[in-house]
Amino acid sequence: MIHSDIRTIPRQKRSKMDEIVLSVRDFRKTYGNFVAVAGISFEVQRGEIFGLLGPNGAGKTTTLECLEGIRKPDAGALRVLGVDSSREPHKLRNLIGVQLQTSGLPANMTVEEALKFFSAYHAVTPSFDLLGRLGLEEKRRAQYSQLSTGQQRRLSLALAIAHNPPVIILDEPTAGLDVATRAELHSLMQELKEKDTTIILATHDMAEAEKMSDRVAILLRGQIVTTGTPREITATGSGLTKISVRSEGSSLQKNGMIFPAVAQQSVQEEYAIYFSTDPGPTVTALLDYIHSQGDKLIDLRVERPSLEERFLEITNRGAAQ
Amino acid sequence: MTAFAYHFLFEFKTGLRNSTALLMNYLFPLAFYAMMGLIMVKINPGFANVLLPAMVIFVSLVSNLLGLPGPLVESREAGIYRSFKINGVPALSILATPTLSTIIHALIVSILIALTARPLFDGVNPTSWGAFVWITLLVVFTSGALGALIGVIATSSRSTVLLSQLIFLPSMLIGGMMIPLDLLPASVRPVSMLLPSTHAMQAYLGLAYGQATVLDPWVSVAILLASGLLAFGLAIYLFNWDSRNRVRRGHPALALLVLVPYLIGIFLG
Repeated sequence: MIHSDIRTIPRQKRSKMDEIVLSVRDFRKTYGNFVAVAGISFEVQRGEIFGLLGPNGAGKTTTLECLEGIRKPDAGALRVLGVDSSREPHKLRNLIGVQLQTSGLPANMTVEEALKFFSAYHAVTPSFDLLGRLGLEEKRRAQYSQLSTGQQRRLSLALAIAHNPPVIILDEPTAGLDVATRAELHSLMQELKEKDTTIILATHDMAEAEKMSDRVAILLRGQIVTTGTPREITATGSGLTKISVRSEGSSLQKNGMIFPAVAQQSVQEEYAIYFSTDPGPTVTALLDYIHSQGDKLIDLRVERPSLEERFLEITNRGAAQ
Repeated sequence: MTAFAYHFLFEFKTGLRNSTALLMNYLFPLAFYAMMGLIMVKINPGFANVLLPAMVIFVSLVSNLLGLPGPLVESREAGIYRSFKINGVPALSILATPTLSTIIHALIVSILIALTARPLFDGVNPTSWGAFVWITLLVVFTSGALGALIGVIATSSRSTVLLSQLIFLPSMLIGGMMIPLDLLPASVRPVSMLLPSTHAMQAYLGLAYGQATVLDPWVSVAILLASGLLAFGLAIYLFNWDSRNRVRRGHPALALLVLVPYLIGIFLG
């Protein structure tokens, strides 16, 4: 499923339909001497939300643009629902909906005209209800140049999904969006997923990727360094769970005790911080100790490593190599 | 309504809605026409004989060479064609709809000039309105195709202006509109024959006004038609969707092929 030289995490739970909607095989793309993508492979199944993560210049946008048929790969095969993106890009148009990272519309095109314009080229009836859903109803007659950045991105999203494509590619969809619109977009993505729409999500927002993606792939310097569900990826990191404890008498800060399964410990302000390989015994021992000292617990927080922390761990390691 | 028709309608409305387009399509050509009719005819009464064809050529050059290429370049640079491409808008539509709408705007102004040149400024009407009409269609088509080609090969707003002015300014000075071709120095005449306006004037004078011409007007018609078809064909061939993606089907220098009919004209002339 994944290129042989990359770390593969087996999926424990397959989606309800195992139909491969999108496949990338040994894809390579260079710009002059710069290798943007160095031979990656992955597959995405129907109804899946697949997150493509990576720092700037990792090759995310190049991969997406080749999938969309905007650019041609130097080597490899990219297929969407069996259509070769580089050889038959015209056949992709009704199969995919794309929200580009950088794109635009004519400055004087109104929101309504844009929806009618692209719907006409997709040969579908314009679905104006989308405008209300994405908070653009009031801007229906506003020209593109009069929209804020967030509104322009919402329009771009509306245009990407207006023709009900089975595959949607979103490149940084929530950049520049306010909290409410961002939540609305996430809800919309869930609805699309429930209708078996496949979504490719390229984002810098790790919280978004963790929340929305069924699986993610992390790209670094044009290669996939890891792939799997967000939980699988976070679990394969250091594996340490962060336990923060604050007590009335600060009894934990005063002792030099070693608690079970604790790999690292430190003190940050009023909290004793423990990184545990097995949080259950650690928490039990900590609570027993506080109780035994006649101290009183004020706050206890157990946090598993986030995708962001795992991402930083991977990218920092990659940068150091 | 078909997608192409909707696209054309949008481009046509843009020609009226956008202040720069409105200036290039209507305000500047009509203001210049009024000025030439009021002043030039007084200074040089002989200019009344060519006021109508000269102003129609001027309108066509302003709309198509000065007005059309800029938005094409700006749209490409702004990533608008990327949006169009992923939504299935064909390259032909992207080039044909603005070109066609600019041509229609130029024809509307040409009709206004044709209707007013005589009553307002004593301009001389053609002896053959039929010939005048089809030559006008040919002139706006050729200018439109050249404008589209400039829009495709120019890489920035600055180069767009340079390329457009490379045709526009010589056309105004030595393109037969202000100074008849037979009055130009012999050394300048070959340069003049590289300009579409020169051949347009020869075609109008010979076929619509029945006057003697320096060049065979039918050769001029053939040159305009060939260069128009060649320019539009090259514009489609060299069209680039994306300013970030410099991969093209051909080198922009291929656009110079559009000069071939004019060079043949010099050889024949």
